[in-house]
Amino acid sequence: MGYRKIRGVTPPGQYFLQGDEACAEGAVAAGCRFFAGYPITPASEVMEHIVRRFKDCDGVFVQMEDEIGSIAAMIGASWAGAKPMTSTSGPGLSLMMENIGYAAMTETPLVIVDIQRAGPSTGQATRPGSGDMLQVKYGSHGDYEIIALSPWSVQEIYDMTIRAFNLAERFRVPVFVLSDEGVGHLRENVTVEQEVTVFERDKAPGQPPFHTDEPGGVPPMPCFGDGEKLLVTGSTHDPFGYRKTQVSEVHERLVSRLVGKIRNRADEIVDTDSYFLDDGPDVLLVAYGITARAALSAAKVLRDEGQKVGLLRLRTIWPFPERVVVESAQKCKEVVVPELNQGQICREIERLLDRDVISLPQTNGETMKPTKIIEFVRERAVTQP
Amino acid sequence: MVGYQKIEGRIPEQEWLSCGHLACPGCGEKLAMRLALKALGKRTILVVPAGCSAVVDGMFPHSSSMVPFLHTAFETTASAAVGVRAGLDVRGVDNVTVLAWGGDGATFDIGLQALSAAAERNENILYVCYDNEAYMNTGIQRSSATPWGAWTGTTPYDHPKDRPKKDMMAIMAAHKIPYAASASVAFPEDYVNKLKKAKAIFGTRYVQVFSPCPSGWKTPSDISVKVARLAVESRIYPLYEIEYGKRYTITLDPGPIAVKEYLKLQGRFRHLTQAEIDQIQHNVDETWEELLEKVR
Repeated sequence: MGYRKIRGVTPPGQYFLQGDEACAEGAVAAGCRFFAGYPITPASEVMEHIVRRFKDCDGVFVQMEDEIGSIAAMIGASWAGAKPMTSTSGPGLSLMMENIGYAAMTETPLVIVDIQRAGPSTGQATRPGSGDMLQVKYGSHGDYEIIALSPWSVQEIYDMTIRAFNLAERFRVPVFVLSDEGVGHLRENVTVEQEVTVFERDKAPGQPPFHTDEPGGVPPMPCFGDGEKLLVTGSTHDPFGYRKTQVSEVHERLVSRLVGKIRNRADEIVDTDSYFLDDGPDVLLVAYGITARAALSAAKVLRDEGQKVGLLRLRTIWPFPERVVVESAQKCKEVVVPELNQGQICREIERLLDRDVISLPQTNGETMKPTKIIEFVRERAVTQP
Repeated sequence: MVGYQKIEGRIPEQEWLSCGHLACPGCGEKLAMRLALKALGKRTILVVPAGCSAVVDGMFPHSSSMVPFLHTAFETTASAAVGVRAGLDVRGVDNVTVLAWGGDGATFDIGLQALSAAAERNENILYVCYDNEAYMNTGIQRSSATPWGAWTGTTPYDHPKDRPKKDMMAIMAAHKIPYAASASVAFPEDYVNKLKKAKAIFGTRYVQVFSPCPSGWKTPSDISVKVARLAVESRIYPLYEIEYGKRYTITLDPGPIAVKEYLKLQGRFRHLTQAEIDQIQHNVDETWEELLEKVR
């Protein structure tokens, strides 16, 4: 039980893959053997690739009738003992929302890959966006926490998909690989290692599956057929799963634990990456996903011009890397957030820093160009020599 | 009534679908829509979910449909159409046809719940399903309208679809709606007559029109109508009407020819063995007999 190293199913070496394909490879490496999917641009390639890979490792693929069907099947599969995944994009994610809340409430491990396209609604199906950053966290009703990871390269979507499965099993929570069309349809080299670290579910027979005395802890998760008497419900439930829809304390304790198990362990989950922060830059760029690549290019060019610009890259979006953002921004004069939406993560940073944060939004269905960030920093962010 | 007969009625000359749409050459759906708008006329409101028809209509101001067009969410075609009808009712407008227009994915699969609910309430909408037997807009994945033995992206050549096509006509008939009909773009007079008949009826009307897809079926773009004609002649796609869920009428039966004549033109069936073709022939004969039973 817990983390252990296993031999990967893909022979180690260098592969030239599309982001969507690397995501599927990562899933297979992490032990995903069930995929419920519904075709949608630009995420269909994840599904198509995993179907090819399942032939070699006895996985089960079902093309479902729609996206809420996909996530419902994943919930069933997860309780039956499989590691399930689906891939989708904005419109499909919207349709999944009811069951995302259900999965959070029932503490069902799932991995949902969201290859974001330009929304809202049908938007621009073949073009990138980052419009789902808040939806993955706040889309379903009630209070709950999820985990969302944001890769910026094909290598990283492979690695992060493996990590997504581990976090899902470790925390019993839906985990999002929150990518975008830019990374999903990018082709790059990927290094596949011989060994893969995976987290195997703690089943702990006889223990209550919906409670632990450990504050903010994660209860063990038995599966159907393991001999446990299991009742899984989206209604408020006690430690053994029995419906308690009229007892205030049970609801309070359950919801607090669902939120607390992620918030209290944020340091174990949060992952960031930084460039040029050592000398306390004047301008801090905070970026994620495909946009972080443009931000890094921009930072390098601006550095060459003598401007003190640094980059904080968010590899985890939820739980939000609060401590790192606050620390990184402390000595900076300006914080600039380039992103492919109208300032969704900028607002989150503004909330943390209690000061003006400069948003650099772009919602034109294209990836952001480094020149846009360079020119913006030159003009708007007043830097002092 | 075997063999070709003269079909009464003319195709209206007035066009409500302009040139400049973005469909692939040989697209059956665009032909189906062109004919439908001819049959139904200017006072029509289109309600269209995600799918080829929402994409290929083109971008403003170059959109090809010359009637109002509501592009709705994938699973909600019938519900959105119900809303449009209700809005018209509120305003007292009763001389407009609300035309829900979905592909087989939007109709047989993701939108079935909405369509079933509307049909059960006998909502006053005309629902046309353009049936090209797979999810073409997302790059050819199987739908529940994909026939047994066919290739798609998710039913590959070494594992083609192993389940029969969902009998959507029977599902609609089970709702006892006033009118359900199958049609084909290869028989435009028959198709237009059915739409005109449906237009005059109050309640939920369902027309399922066979619409070849050269890209998805792996056929040359200049034989779409021929393929559609062979589907009817081989009785793979019989043309019939169901009134109130019980009165069955075969409107046209020009066949029969062997199903092989239809299958051999299409790349999606190229892997079939003679035994599998014989199986399809057997299934088609059996289904035809069942249909004749219902007609009697």
